[in-house]
Amino acid sequence: MVTKESILSWLDEVCDPEIPVLSLADLGVLRGVEYLNDEWQITITPTYSGCPAIKTMEDDILLKLKEHGVVAKVHLVLSPAWSTDWLSESGRVKLKEFGIAPPENEVDKSVLFAAPTVVPCPRCNSRETKMVSQFGSTACKAHYQCLICSEPFDYFKCLK
Amino acid sequence: MKNEALYNYVLRLGDDSLILGQRLGEWCGHGPILEEDIAMTNISLDLIGQAMSLLDYAGELDGQGKDHDALAFLRFENEYRNALLLEQPNGDFANTMMRQFLFDAFRKPLYEKLLDSTDKQIAAIAEKSLKETRYHLKHTSEWVIRLGDGTDESHQRAQTALDLLWRYTDELFFETADDVSLVASGIVPAMNEIKTQWSKTVLSVLEEATLIIPTNNWQFEGGRKGVHSEHLGFLLADLQYMQRAYPNMKW
Repeated sequence: MVTKESILSWLDEVCDPEIPVLSLADLGVLRGVEYLNDEWQITITPTYSGCPAIKTMEDDILLKLKEHGVVAKVHLVLSPAWSTDWLSESGRVKLKEFGIAPPENEVDKSVLFAAPTVVPCPRCNSRETKMVSQFGSTACKAHYQCLICSEPFDYFKCLK
Repeated sequence: MKNEALYNYVLRLGDDSLILGQRLGEWCGHGPILEEDIAMTNISLDLIGQAMSLLDYAGELDGQGKDHDALAFLRFENEYRNALLLEQPNGDFANTMMRQFLFDAFRKPLYEKLLDSTDKQIAAIAEKSLKETRYHLKHTSEWVIRLGDGTDESHQRAQTALDLLWRYTDELFFETADDVSLVASGIVPAMNEIKTQWSKTVLSVLEEATLIIPTNNWQFEGGRKGVHSEHLGFLLADLQYMQRAYPNMKW
C-alpha cells in the first residue's frame, strides 16, 4: 500500500534541476503531501516568483510518482513565502560540498552601499572574498570570488 | 464578475510588472557589463514571475477561465492598464535605471501595505514579491547615486533621464472611484500613503545623487485607462508574436 512515508521517500530522489544535489525537501520547496479526494496532493512553493525551475520540479514530481504507479496533483502555494530559513541543515552541507556557499544567517543590509555579507569560500574556507555581483547565475544566487584561491563561486543568498 | 474593482486593481499591478519585465528583458545580451546584464534580466524574471501570480489571480476574479498566458498574449493595447512610465523605451543605461528606481520606490511601500490586505491572495503575492523588490530598490538606488554623483557624462545622462521620466510618475498613484471601496474594506492601501513613502525615498536618493527634480511639473496620464503611448504597440507585437501567428501553440 502507498503511504505518506513511501511518497516522501520517493520524493527524496527529486532534486532541484539547477542544484542536483539538493532534494526538494532539503531546499524547503516541498510543503505538503496529503491524500485527499482519492488522489495524492503534493504542495510546493517557489523560491523566487519567476523561478523557471518550478515547472520542471512539478513535472519531475509527477514523473517520479508515476514510476511507482501513483497519480498525483501538484499545487503551488505562495504563503508562507519561502525564505532561506526553509533550507534544511543537511541541505546547507550538501550545497557547500557542491561548491555553492550556503546562506550566511544575515540579509544584505538595506542600507545603500553597505559592505556586502562576508561569505567564506566553499573551496578553501578563506573569509577573504569579495562580492562580484548581487545577482548571479540564478535568481537565488549572488556571484562572489575568493581572494586567496581566486576561485569564483556562487553564494546562495540569504532571503528573509 | 464578483468584484470588478478588485479585478481592475490586480490587473493594473499585473500589467505594470509584465510590461516592465518585458522592457528590461530587452537588455539581455546588451548590458554595459556582464554583471549588469545578468542583474537586469534577473530583475526582469522576478517581475514576470510576479506578473504570472497577479494575472492568474486577475483571471480568477474575472471568472472566465483565463490564466496569465491568456491575459498576457491575447489582449490588445487598449485593454492594458499599465502606467505609461513602464512602457517607455529603455534608452541608455541611466534611463533604464532611473525608470526602474522610480518604479521600485513605488512598489516597495505598496507591497509593504498589501501584506496586511484582508484579501489573502493579494497578501500572499505581496509577501513573496516584497522580498524580491527590496533587492531591486537597493540595486537601482545605488546606481542612481553612482551615476548622478559620478562623472560629468554620467551625471548629465542621469539628469536627462530624470527630466524625461518625471512627467510619468504621478500616474503611478492613480486611483479610481471604485478603489475607495477597496480601501474602505482594507483590501488595498490609500495611494496618498504610498506617495508619501515614495517621495521620501525618491527625494533622499536624488539628493545624494546631486540630481535636480524638474521644475516643470506637467504630468502625462492615460495608461491606467488604456490610452497608451505608441511604444506599447511595438512592445506587444514582440511579446505576442508567437501566440498571434500560431494560436494556442505550446513550446
